[in-house]
Amino acid sequence: MSGGAKLKVRVAEVVNVNDMIKRFRFVSLDGSPMPAFSGGAHTVVEMDDDGVRRLNPYSLMSDPEDRSAYEISVRRDDAGRGGSLFMHRHVTPGLQMEISYPVNLFPLDTRARKHLMIAGGIGITPFLAQIAQLTHFGGRFELHYAARSQALGAYMDRLTAAHPAQVHCYFDDQGQVIDLARVLSMQPIGTHLYVCGPKGMIAWVLSTATSLGWPEKALHHEEFLAPGTGMPFQVDLAATGKTITVGTNQSLLEAMEAAGVDAPYLCRGGACGQCETNVIACDGAILHRDHWLTADEHAAGRKIMPCVSRFEGKSLTIDR
Amino acid sequence: MSLDFNLGAFNDYFRNETFRDDFTYANSPAGIRRFPFPFDRDDYMYSVNMEPHVPGRKGSVFEHAFDVDEHYVSEMIDRAKVLASDPLRCQSLPHMTLAGWDLLELIMEAKARDYPQWFTLTKDGNRWHWINRPLGIDHHFTFLDDSTLPYGPFEYITRQTQGDFTLQDERDNDLWMDAGMVTSQADWSLDFDIGMSFMEWHAPVPLAHEKGIFDRALKFLLKLQHGAPVRRFNWTMTVNPLLDTAPETYPVWGPTKTSLTPENLGQKQHLRVELQALFRLPRSNAIAFSIRCYLGRFEELVTIPKWGRRLHRVIRDINPDVAAYKGFLRNRDAMVAWLAGYDDGAPTSPGFWPED
Ligand code: HEM
Ligand code: FES
Repeated sequence: MSGGAKLKVRVAEVVNVNDMIKRFRFVSLDGSPMPAFSGGAHTVVEMDDDGVRRLNPYSLMSDPEDRSAYEISVRRDDAGRGGSLFMHRHVTPGLQMEISYPVNLFPLDTRARKHLMIAGGIGITPFLAQIAQLTHFGGRFELHYAARSQALGAYMDRLTAAHPAQVHCYFDDQGQVIDLARVLSMQPIGTHLYVCGPKGMIAWVLSTATSLGWPEKALHHEEFLAPGTGMPFQVDLAATGKTITVGTNQSLLEAMEAAGVDAPYLCRGGACGQCETNVIACDGAILHRDHWLTADEHAAGRKIMPCVSRFEGKSLTIDR
Repeated sequence: MSLDFNLGAFNDYFRNETFRDDFTYANSPAGIRRFPFPFDRDDYMYSVNMEPHVPGRKGSVFEHAFDVDEHYVSEMIDRAKVLASDPLRCQSLPHMTLAGWDLLELIMEAKARDYPQWFTLTKDGNRWHWINRPLGIDHHFTFLDDSTLPYGPFEYITRQTQGDFTLQDERDNDLWMDAGMVTSQADWSLDFDIGMSFMEWHAPVPLAHEKGIFDRALKFLLKLQHGAPVRRFNWTMTVNPLLDTAPETYPVWGPTKTSLTPENLGQKQHLRVELQALFRLPRSNAIAFSIRCYLGRFEELVTIPKWGRRLHRVIRDINPDVAAYKGFLRNRDAMVAWLAGYDDGAPTSPGFWPED
């Protein structure tokens, strides 16, 4: 359960959207329908990059009601950690991959009277799915979408064709800038604001809205969680006298179970406290990821929750 | 369009019994053995008792996501009666309709998969055909089109599913109880709680807040993933097999707590167990909470020696604040005296299964 529920998929199609962006289409390996999802959700794509395991979150951009496939768009980031380069260079039709069930950290507030969306560049992707969802189930929206140039304005054509009155496009190379203060001042009461794009844009939109008196709870921005796994590490188990290696792909609890150690657990999500284990020796840093131990206990480093927490450093000995 | 039941099928399996007036409810011998006895040790205190809701032992209440048992038909008749006298027991705020469809899909797919002899779901795109044989329902409708069902999707499916349900919208890092079907509750009110946040509706619970249980539970639930449901137990005590112990009707059932005598206690006193499951819903991103109530008469439970011993010890040693909150402090001593006759002091094995 360390990474949550997974979907086994096959890459059905890769499309060059423009110089920077490729679109990937995933279908389920066994042909069953993909789970429905909510607009704004992302999936975490697992990549095996020559032995290095990468976990990158990408917003689902396809229509949430289309159960035949999921689509994501990936912008090549030549300076990034390599996930997007791997997707661009090595992911081709036919490849089998594992992706997470959809997780939504950027949902629409369904009570909103109107949804005001601000997108920058590749930040358009969650809005594509949200707009599809609003089109099915009703709901007013207005989209302001800025791209570097017309050529890099992915999906602008389809958006303006389908929703000419609601979609407004801006191009940096033509010196066009969203007149944010004006846009914000013209919204009906009960409007919720959503922004997804480069960090600077998010900060600008949120601070402008806040200074104009928009309520905090009406402001939403896309934010990805750090993936729950990490580097492999070794652990000495004092009570059973074993030494185990925890792979990138498993939790410490799972590694103990694989080694035949009968360790207690219940929730497997860092909440119930059942798996709490004493740390006997630690030369390095425990990466605490639970909600069970207090901040003081985290700092003291004398306890670890093996269902979610990890370790980085020279050596760790725990009481199991 | 209506949701009238046409009963008659499978009468040999589904019991014809009442949860009111003459109280003919009872568990069959097989029903007793599969009763979800909630105590895995000889004492009890609140804890963050959540675990993955994965299929459990065959024949147990954990075998399927939504357990359908011998009380199904009679429970659905009882629910219809409660709703007829108080329609506010089912409410859904306007923004929760999509979550209602999510729940309808989840339940129909699960029941048709797990109990094909009773339920059938066939789909042609969004044109769905649902057959519920025990209740005699055969409907064609359009998925996601409210106008094609006799009730909203949430009410439609929960009128056909045992257990109470609430739907929680997720906003502002919190959960909000924005819909519910609540007719078999342990003395709490949907009409009072609707629209409340996780900490607000849990405010009356003693001790658990101080122990940090609700902080941890909420953080865990906010990360709940579609495809990875979780479950937990809760329990309380009820005099007579009354499903609908509502604050709204307390004047009617509350006084029955004073009717216990040493002679009738084993027959009237019931352990009330709630098997609660939490599901992240796909389209709405809401969380469905199912609260399935199982009633076990003391006389029935003590036919399992391990449970007789253990129930005696748990009730004898329970924290009085917990007993008071659960509403049985006044009868606790009488229960302990009655149960003592089934506790020979022998050790009990860990876990809640009857035979282990
Ligand atoms: C979103 C899902 C949940 C809903 C809708 C819910 C609802 C409720 C309600 C309505 C009550 C009765 C409060 C009253 O007296 O008025 C209650 C009690 C309680 N809840 Fe929850 N709850 C949820 C999840 C949880 C979770 C995850 C936990 C713990 C891990 C929990 C622990 C408790 C406890 C310990 C009580 C007291 C029960 C007793 O002693 O009888 N709840 N809950
Ligand atoms: S298993 Fe629940 S905190 Fe680790």
